[in-house]
Amino acid sequence: MNVPRFTLIDDGRATELDASIDGAVLLSDDAVQAALGWEVTEDGLCREGLCMPAPRPVAGANGIDLGTLAEALGRPLALDVDERVAWLGVGAVERARALRALTAPDFALRDLDGRVHRLSEHRGKKVLLVVWASW
Amino acid sequence: MYDELGERGFTPITVAVDRSDEDARPWIEAARPTHPSLIDPWHVVADLYNAVNVPTDVWIDERGRIVRPNDVGFGTDTFRSLTGIDSGKRLAALRAWISGAVPALPDDRVRALQTLPTDRDQTARAEFALGRWLWEHGRTAAAARHWDLAGNLAPHDFMIRRGTMPLRGIDPMGPEFRKMFAAWTGAGEPYYRPLAS
Repeated sequence: MNVPRFTLIDDGRATELDASIDGAVLLSDDAVQAALGWEVTEDGLCREGLCMPAPRPVAGANGIDLGTLAEALGRPLALDVDERVAWLGVGAVERARALRALTAPDFALRDLDGRVHRLSEHRGKKVLLVVWASW
Repeated sequence: MYDELGERGFTPITVAVDRSDEDARPWIEAARPTHPSLIDPWHVVADLYNAVNVPTDVWIDERGRIVRPNDVGFGTDTFRSLTGIDSGKRLAALRAWISGAVPALPDDRVRALQTLPTDRDQTARAEFALGRWLWEHGRTAAAARHWDLAGNLAPHDFMIRRGTMPLRGIDPMGPEFRKMFAAWTGAGEPYYRPLAS
């Protein structure tokens, strides 16, 4: 059977992979590692030599449950089963920790000429960050 | 203000949370800015800074530290009758900080003024972003479903609720916006949330 691919987007970075959908979205170990960089082991979730325990088993007999994995990572998951796509966002704890530290989160965005600017290029100056819209 | 104070080591960076370059272009070109004027169709900065409406200002010092968190940032009094916000006072405070006449707020005061995102806020942002991805891929009905979910999770997030109106083909100044605004303010909720100090 030819199953269409599933797209998993890690905060903007999309990876196409195989998934089986049976109520939950189940992924293979390799797919999780390709999309997110995490290895799911008996000790929990490991990346770059560091492991953290998962609150409950993420991997079952049929694969890794995407919803449980997102929970274990403390990340919000937006999922569209019909469209076979999911977006993993950044969790409130991580965002709040960064804001509390008062270091202005860095970003890279384009101007109308396509030139990319980073906030951090302006160290040494006072910056008024103005978020606006035409609406 | 930039022309007046830019020499003293100050720059504005503007970030347009718009559907496309074309939506933001007329405003940017009319202003002929010499400072970075950026486009943010994916709400990257809104997500990083927990910005839920426009205009939002953040003051960042020479070391890259937030010294005044998200505040309503009107540069003029065009909307004063609607918002009750006096831009003159804010601009005077900004000028005093930039010139060094008045020191920045201490860290604990900045933290006390911050509003931090909740799990629901961040789930709403993930739903927004999934919707945006679906929209980019031509799946507009599915996109709208996720923006509705996002709006229900974070009804105070007008970056999502109003900001997706152009993507859905809805006039963001029109009757649907006025209805949303009336329902929100009618329930006693503020559309703009200026800082207390």
